[in-house]
Amino acid sequence: MEKGLYLFGGFLLVLGAYGIYIYNSLVRKKARVENGWSQIDVQLKRRYDLIPNLVETVKAYAAHERELFQNIAALRSAAHAAASPEEALPLENQLSGALRSLLMVSENYPDLKANENFLALQEELASTENKIAFARQYYNDTVKEYNIAIHVFPNNLLSRRLGYEPRPMWTLEDSSEGKPLHISWS
Amino acid sequence: MASFEKLMDHNKRLSVLLFLLLMLLLGFLGAAVGVLWGGDWYTGIPVALAVGAIYFSISWFFGGSMILSMNHAREIRHEDAPQLWNVVEELAIAGGLPMPKVFLIEDQAMNAFATGRDPQHASVAITRGLMEKLNREELQGVMAHEMSHVRNYDIRFAMLMAVMVGSIVLICDILRRSLFFGSMGRRRNSSSGGGKGQVILAIAALVLSILAPLFAAIIQLAVSRQREYLADASAVELTRNPKGLIHALQKLSGDPEKLRGASRGTQHLYIVNPFTKQGRDSLFSTHPSLESRIARLEQIAAAA
Repeated sequence: MEKGLYLFGGFLLVLGAYGIYIYNSLVRKKARVENGWSQIDVQLKRRYDLIPNLVETVKAYAAHERELFQNIAALRSAAHAAASPEEALPLENQLSGALRSLLMVSENYPDLKANENFLALQEELASTENKIAFARQYYNDTVKEYNIAIHVFPNNLLSRRLGYEPRPMWTLEDSSEGKPLHISWS
Repeated sequence: MASFEKLMDHNKRLSVLLFLLLMLLLGFLGAAVGVLWGGDWYTGIPVALAVGAIYFSISWFFGGSMILSMNHAREIRHEDAPQLWNVVEELAIAGGLPMPKVFLIEDQAMNAFATGRDPQHASVAITRGLMEKLNREELQGVMAHEMSHVRNYDIRFAMLMAVMVGSIVLICDILRRSLFFGSMGRRRNSSSGGGKGQVILAIAALVLSILAPLFAAIIQLAVSRQREYLADASAVELTRNPKGLIHALQKLSGDPEKLRGASRGTQHLYIVNPFTKQGRDSLFSTHPSLESRIARLEQIAAAA
């Protein structure tokens, strides 16, 4: 009789320890997802700061590309003003596209390409675009891991009670999905 | 991505196995010293492990900065080399790693390496020659290789292996010396017994003390080569772009200059061996040949 009690107690102990282990791993995975997201956020903010400088510099050499400048400015403020990530992400994707065409356009202006200030800004923009892409890649990896972790058995018994919701990945609509954006020059 | 994970698992298992093998060898040598000093075999083991532990703590706290100063590396900030800094920062984000310290080596030879004990205490270094000859994509490939050494804990592992090999060499030295004095002592009372058995034991110990360092070095090199393949593969996992690294390796293979400040003791750290860049695959090389590495990368490129 007593033996059975000990056995039962031991069983509960193991179960409890396993529960704690699952709980901790879920917390850790969630923290990684949030960390991944905040990194994206940091880089997006950095891009907002870079854009006005870049546009000003290009404007000095290519004033008649007005439509492009207006488009970028509109997208920037719309993305900046967006209330939720779901709303902001498509705008950010469009903004990436617009900035890419800005750099493409600047290829046509030799004077601009010789401007050191422009070259420095171009490097910073290229790097920021890469950072956004890499942060997205990292974020999506952590989301994938997290979403699997909250859905598999027996984790799902715990995660549902704790209110762990699956997170959306940040996908791109265009064909460059899954690859960082390489703005190349040599 | 399954192929990356499989490759990583395989390499990690192999590394752990080889490390344990070296640990066993160190303990065995310690036991041999114990016997030759007239004690019991088990008294020598703690001595050998203590030697390893002292070696280890010096490397743990000072190893990274020692290697960097040996190479005359200078720490830089963003404004010193914006592109290099940005590329490293991008890769830190891609790998979810803290930003390492970035060093520049004023040398026209083309090379790069990573050091430190963990991602929180890591440094990456590159020569000016390499930085200036690569375009952005290639630079990203090279730094991704170095960041992979950080991410895969190769920097720590390389350090551990160096510690093990160093300890084994030292213990073997002690073994040879004690053999000399030990046999002198025994010769005096050989009339009272011992004799043939002692001679055989002494010869066995001598052979062991010569072969063990060689064996340890071969293992260290095997691990080093595996880790290079692994770092190449996980560099591609970070950048999702094998072309950058392939082109960079092709450029590296054409570089005739040797790196000043590189030594035999640190040669396994670099992206390519600073002494024999165009070497073939062999048991005694720190790196797989560039052709084999490029061939493997091209397989990954074709599979993607």
